[in-house]
Amino acid sequence: MTDVRIAGVGLTHFGNHPERTGRDMFAEAAGMAVSDAGVQRADVEALHYGNFMGSLAEHQSHQGPLMAEAAGLDCQATRYETACASSGAAAREAVRAIEHGDADVIVAGGMERMNNMGTAGATEGLAIAADELHEVRAGVTFPGAYALMARAYFQEFGGDREDLAHVAVKNHENALGNETAQYQRAITVEDVLEAPMVSSPLGLYDSCPISDGASATVLTSEEYAEEHDLDAPVAVTGTGQAGDRMALHDRESYVRTPAAEEAAEQAYTDAGVVPGDVDLAEVHDCFTIAEVLALESLGFYGPGEGIGAARRGETTADGDRPVNLSGGLKAKGHPVGATGASQLAELTKLLRGDHVNSDAVPDAEVGVAHNAGGTVASCVVHVLEVVA
Amino acid sequence: MTDPSEYPNQGYDEWIDAIAAGEGYHLVCPEGHGSLPPRRICPECGAGGLAEEPLPASGEIETYSVTHVASPRFEDDAPYAIAIATFGDVAITGQVRDVSPENVDAGMVVTVDVDESATDDEPVVVFRPR
Ligand SMILES: [Zn+2]
Repeated sequence: MTDVRIAGVGLTHFGNHPERTGRDMFAEAAGMAVSDAGVQRADVEALHYGNFMGSLAEHQSHQGPLMAEAAGLDCQATRYETACASSGAAAREAVRAIEHGDADVIVAGGMERMNNMGTAGATEGLAIAADELHEVRAGVTFPGAYALMARAYFQEFGGDREDLAHVAVKNHENALGNETAQYQRAITVEDVLEAPMVSSPLGLYDSCPISDGASATVLTSEEYAEEHDLDAPVAVTGTGQAGDRMALHDRESYVRTPAAEEAAEQAYTDAGVVPGDVDLAEVHDCFTIAEVLALESLGFYGPGEGIGAARRGETTADGDRPVNLSGGLKAKGHPVGATGASQLAELTKLLRGDHVNSDAVPDAEVGVAHNAGGTVASCVVHVLEVVA
Repeated sequence: MTDPSEYPNQGYDEWIDAIAAGEGYHLVCPEGHGSLPPRRICPECGAGGLAEEPLPASGEIETYSVTHVASPRFEDDAPYAIAIATFGDVAITGQVRDVSPENVDAGMVVTVDVDESATDDEPVVVFRPR
């Protein structure tokens, strides 16, 4: 089976861009990715595109062909929706199509426009990733759902708000030099602890911002990359996806994310690596507690041990295994449908050495991307390796 | 967004009415797995033939959060405590009423009821300290 190469990546600035249309943002990201890859537009055989709430934000469904056209691509196009894991799932299906020999060149990416809805509209839009009848009608918001997990974690394993604050401080620190990040601004533990409460125990600085932005990757077969002499040293060597019960109250545990554990196991097996081989990771830190749960589900820490990782300096840029060197969702921003592919874009640059934070991981060979939907009722994990 | 009161949800609406009448129930499959309606197939084992059985008289709060930033549907309700409580072999998400949010705690024994949202008068599943 062919190794799927990441031949090019593109990202718009993530941030507050309520005036930008979705098609314009995706065109920018896809255009960058195609140029970065050096592939001919005519060679692109499919667009796999992730988007979550475009039906609400822009009154626009059937976004696949719209975005292909915007990007100057003349090919089949499909929109994938798995909440915040939408473009992770889109990229995974692209990887599988290339692995199976169905295509040699696919653009995989995503876009989300949120700020044009206002804070209240975006909050309501995000909430529809939960069970409408049994969670949203009871008043569960997206931060509220993760707050229920955070409280349960504190009760079961200990840890406190200050431990979580170190996750936010770390991710802001990592984003300082990242020009596409929403926040290039350092914060302190005190800032996090003193910020207004959103849904206890999670405050404003425990939460990712509301973001507009787009991401894109160009994925090719190994054969295509070699025939066309592409500079594509990074490959997707492992992919996994798993699901769980939709409503948090139907899970066996509120402090474990078995969909992520299963997706990681699939991806590790596919790549032939173990957690100890992983040099760096981009994980889905929509809230600080989510990074903790991700570290444990990826096998970097046992249950209850991930909470202190940032505080102990193990996941910081100078730590043993840096996590979210891009700034993560917390500081880089979280345009929901763009996030999964943006993790692949950031990891690719970190691994090939042209990311502003590449110096933190000069010898890195194996990276992992963890992209979760809802309260991890969906999860996609990818393993990326330097192969050339 | 369409107002939730504008369309019926068969199976769910009856469940809400039953809880409001003090006759709350859950579904149980032939293998004994509990779940909440509307549901045709047991999510645990795939069995059909789900039967309605009364909810236990009281449940226990497992985890909770006080939400200060609400969606527009609940903006006049904030701050409110949201909780997951177990009632026998099912767990339910609801708002905790009749106690100030800061006094809600895990392990609290509660009953389940239906109250109104202060924002739009829509029905909300609530827990009250027993
Ligand atoms: Zn069953």
